[in-house]
Order: sequence, then structure tokens, then C-alpha cells
Amino acid sequence: MSDPLLSCVDVRKQFHGMVVLHELSLEVAEHEVVVLIGASGSGKSTLLRCINLLETVDDGTIHLDGEHITDPRVNPDRVRQRIGIVFQAFNLFPHMTVLENVTLAPRRVHRVPAREATQRAQALLARVGLGDRGGDYPDRLSGGQQQRVAIVRALVNSPRLLLLDEVTSALDPELVGEVLAMIRDLKAEGMTMLIATHEMGFARQVADRVCFLDQGRILEAGPPEQVFGAPREPRTRQFLQRITEAGRL
Amino acid sequence: MDYQPSPLQRDRLAYRRRQTMLSVVVAAASTLGLGVLLLVAVTHAPGWPRVRFSFLDPTSARDAFPDVLRGLWLNVRLLVFCALGSLAVGLGIATLRTLRPAIFFPLRVLANSYTYVFRGAPLIIVLYLFTFGVPGLRLTGTPPVLVLGGAALVVTYGAYLAEVFRAGIESVHPSQRAAARSLGLTYRQAMRHVVLPQAVRRVAPPMLNDLVALQKDVGLISLAGPIDAIRAAQIKEAELANYTPFVVAGVLFVLLAIPLVAVTDWVTLRAARRQGAA
Ligand SMILES: Nc1ncnc2c1ncn2[C@@H]1O[C@H](COP(=O)(O)OP(=O)(O)OP(=O)(O)O)[C@@H](O)[C@H]1O
Ligand SMILES: [Mg+2]
Repeated sequence: MSDPLLSCVDVRKQFHGMVVLHELSLEVAEHEVVVLIGASGSGKSTLLRCINLLETVDDGTIHLDGEHITDPRVNPDRVRQRIGIVFQAFNLFPHMTVLENVTLAPRRVHRVPAREATQRAQALLARVGLGDRGGDYPDRLSGGQQQRVAIVRALVNSPRLLLLDEVTSALDPELVGEVLAMIRDLKAEGMTMLIATHEMGFARQVADRVCFLDQGRILEAGPPEQVFGAPREPRTRQFLQRITEAGRL
Repeated sequence: MDYQPSPLQRDRLAYRRRQTMLSVVVAAASTLGLGVLLLVAVTHAPGWPRVRFSFLDPTSARDAFPDVLRGLWLNVRLLVFCALGSLAVGLGIATLRTLRPAIFFPLRVLANSYTYVFRGAPLIIVLYLFTFGVPGLRLTGTPPVLVLGGAALVVTYGAYLAEVFRAGIESVHPSQRAAARSLGLTYRQAMRHVVLPQAVRRVAPPMLNDLVALQKDVGLISLAGPIDAIRAAQIKEAELANYTPFVVAGVLFVLLAIPLVAVTDWVTLRAARRQGAA
């Protein structure tokens, strides 16, 4: 087996003495889709932010493509160019059109000529059915359209790894589907993804592997059939039970 | 099928129109009445003929006008330079104050002290220190008084504007910065392309307001000697033994302010509308 694309080893993160990630280890292979589930506050977002170097880890190492990215000598801007991330909300820049949002990084970071960047952005937008919205400002789009643009923007740099942090939780239920469909397409194309979500049905469909996070530890990990169908840990069972009762499975 | 308002709705509309008409008439009449009352009170005051002669004398006005206008041109140029200068200083200081990394600590302290000192210090004192204190050092290459006075204005208004911009920068959601950085933009690029444009847009009304205030305070340069509109009026006042030149200068200042005030009102209104819509 080849080396994993992403490998976190004994990652520790604390805020003001409160430990949020407890010596957490996780590997993601190329083309693999790993879904993080767990209660609110279990550390899903923190883990994703650490991988994208938006937070500095307090111990442990993270490797991307064999490169040690938590080495303080590494330039975080260069690492982030290879990782796309989409948050729950406030992703798009409201003072820029959709097209300007998508082409900002190619033009400013990768020094792609404006024409070429625009063409590539147009092509990507067209593929997700937003080809005619390039000139609109984000507040003219529905929440689902905004999130799809945010994903396109994260993809335009051709990242090695895509991190998605509850990209559908701020959406009205009828808009969730279009975003999830887009993520399924990405999986079909072989994109490597690490996804935090509360959509258990979706997690079951799209995940190659599901990790259940509990208080900063991965308590249980495995194929979705196993974690959802026959969870080993009592806490996992408890969590899934609560979710089922809330009608979200 | 064409929609016809119901009789009930027609009645309601007619009633509202009548009410509006009535309030407009009442407001106009009372304003006019008050105006007439004031005018009568002033023009029938015992000292009115003297005041009219010393402040509203047409001959003195005509005599002073060319000199005052020439002086105003200096104010206009000074205003443009000081406005650009204080905007640049304000933006720079505001950005420094938001830098988090530890190595910027000394710079941050410096920027903080600057805004504390120059927001508190009376402009006149800063102006005197710059225009009389600095030349007093007798250093070679001391710039002319006009430049020193302009610098005093830039330093003072830069401090006000720095606070305005800082408020703007802090009002931009932290996720926006995270989103920009996550795309691989450097700190500077994220500031320049994502944070500052949003910040400046949000604080445009108070920023323009400070510029309107600056436009008035530019006249204080006259205290240091350069012949601007106010100084020219003062010279004429001494020459004619009549205060009308000051009124001329005052009217010219107001006329100069009108475009900027109008722009400020328009921008404020637009910002309010946008917020209402969002
Ligand atoms: N910048 C911060 N400062 C202090 N505490 C923080 C910070 N960011 C996160 N935390 C804390 O870390 C813990 C984990 O938060 P995190 O956002 O990673 O949880 P999560 O699993 O993503 O939850 P959710 O499902 O609600 O998004 C929480 O208790 C949170 O309060
Ligand atoms: Mg979260």
C-alpha cells in the first residue's frame, strides 16, 4: 500500500488549558473519503482547521503528501494552496462577484493570467449548473448556490485534499440535496476528502470510512456499514441513538 | 383581469392622502411663521443697523472677495493633500493595530500610543508645536510652515481615521479572513483584497464625516501665518475696519463643504438602505 496522502499522528490541541484534541491520529489515503461524525464540541472543526494550519497544533505531527507541514519552518501559505477548505458559512467574499471570488486565488496566489483564470472558473461553474451566475454578487444567490460556489472556489486550485466542515448545516433542508449531490460527484472523480457532517444518511452513502469523534479522540473508525450498523463502542451507540431520535438518520 | 382596489381600500388611501396634505401644510406654515418671527426680531433689534453695516456691507464684501477667494484656493489644495495623507496614515495605523504576531508588539504599542495621544491633543496645540516648535529647532532643511501645518492636520486626522478604520476591520467576520488565508493568500493579500475593501465600505459614512470636519479645520492653518481664506479675510478686516470679509470667507467655506456633505449624506443613506435590505 502506498503512503497516505494525509497523516495526523498524536495531534494535540488545547484552548486555554482545555484539551480539544487528545493525541489524535488519523490517516487519509489518496482518493479516500473520510467522514468525521460526533457531538457538537467534539473537535471536528478544530481538527480540520489544524490540518489547514489555521490553528497551530500543540503537539504531534501532520504530514501531507509525505511533507511534514506542522514543521514551523514550512510556509503555511504554500501548504494551504494544496488544501481546499469550505466552512459552514461566511465563505464567499460579499464585495466580489462569483467569478471574482473563484478567480481570486488563481490570480493572486498562482499568478494565472486573468483570462485563463476566468475561463477555468467559468468551466467549473458551468459544470455545477452556475455558469450564468458568474457576474452576480453572493447575496443574490441562494444558500445552496453560495455553498456550491464556495466548493468550486476551493477546487479551482486543484487541491490534493478537500476539507468540508458542515457545509450543509446552515442550509434550508430543500437546499441540502444540491450541495450533497455535488460532493458525490467529486467522490466519483476521485477527490480525496475529509468531511465533518451531521448528515448521517449522506455520511453512510459517501464515506469510505467513518470516524466517530468523542471529546477530542477518535473512539471508533471503520466502514460506514460497521460504524452505523454495528457500532462497537457504547458512546457511539448512544450518539447514533440520539441522532435517530432527532430524526436525522 | 385588472385589479381594482376595493371601496374600502380607496377610502383608506384617500384618508391617508388627506392626512399627509394636512401635515405638510401645517409644517410649512409653522416653519414660515417662525422664520418671519426671527427675521423681524433680528432686524428690529436696537443694534441691527450697526451689525448690518459691520457684517453685511456689500462694498466691503466686493472689495474682499478676490483676496479671500485666492486664499480659499490654498485651503482647497491643503484639503486635498491632508485628506489623502490622513486616509493613508489612518489605514496604515489601523492595520498595524490589528497585527497579532508577537514580533509586531512594539509596532502595535507605537500605533496605539499614537492614536491615544493625537485623538486627545487639541488640534491648535499640535498645530503650534509643529509650525512654531519645529522651525525653532533650526535644523537645516526644515520644510515651510505650510507643510508643517499640513503635517499637523494629517497627524491629528490620521489618528481619528485610524479608529474609524479599526472599527471597520474588526467588523469583518473572522471567517472571511480564515477563508482568504485558506485559499493560500498571504496576510497582506488577505488584508488588501478581502478585509480592507469590506471594512472601508462599512465605515464610509463616519470616514466622510471626518473629512468634512477636516475641511473646516484646514482653515486653522491661518493661525500659523500662511495666507488662506481666513487669513486673507483677517487682513482685509484690519484694512477696512469691517467684519464683512469674515462672512464672505464663511459663506465660501460652506459652499465648499456642500458637495462633500451631499456625498456623505448619499453614502450614509445608501449604507442604511443596504443594511435594511440585508
Ligand atoms: N478559538 C477557540 N478558542 C477557544 N475554544 C475553542 C476555539 N475553537 C474551538 N474551541 C472549543 O473547542 C471545542 C471543539 O470545538 P469544535 O468547533 O472543533 O467542535 P465541533 O466538533 O466542530 O462542533 P460542531 O459540531 O458544533 O461544529 C469546543 O468546546 C469549542 O468551544
Ligand atoms: Mg464545527
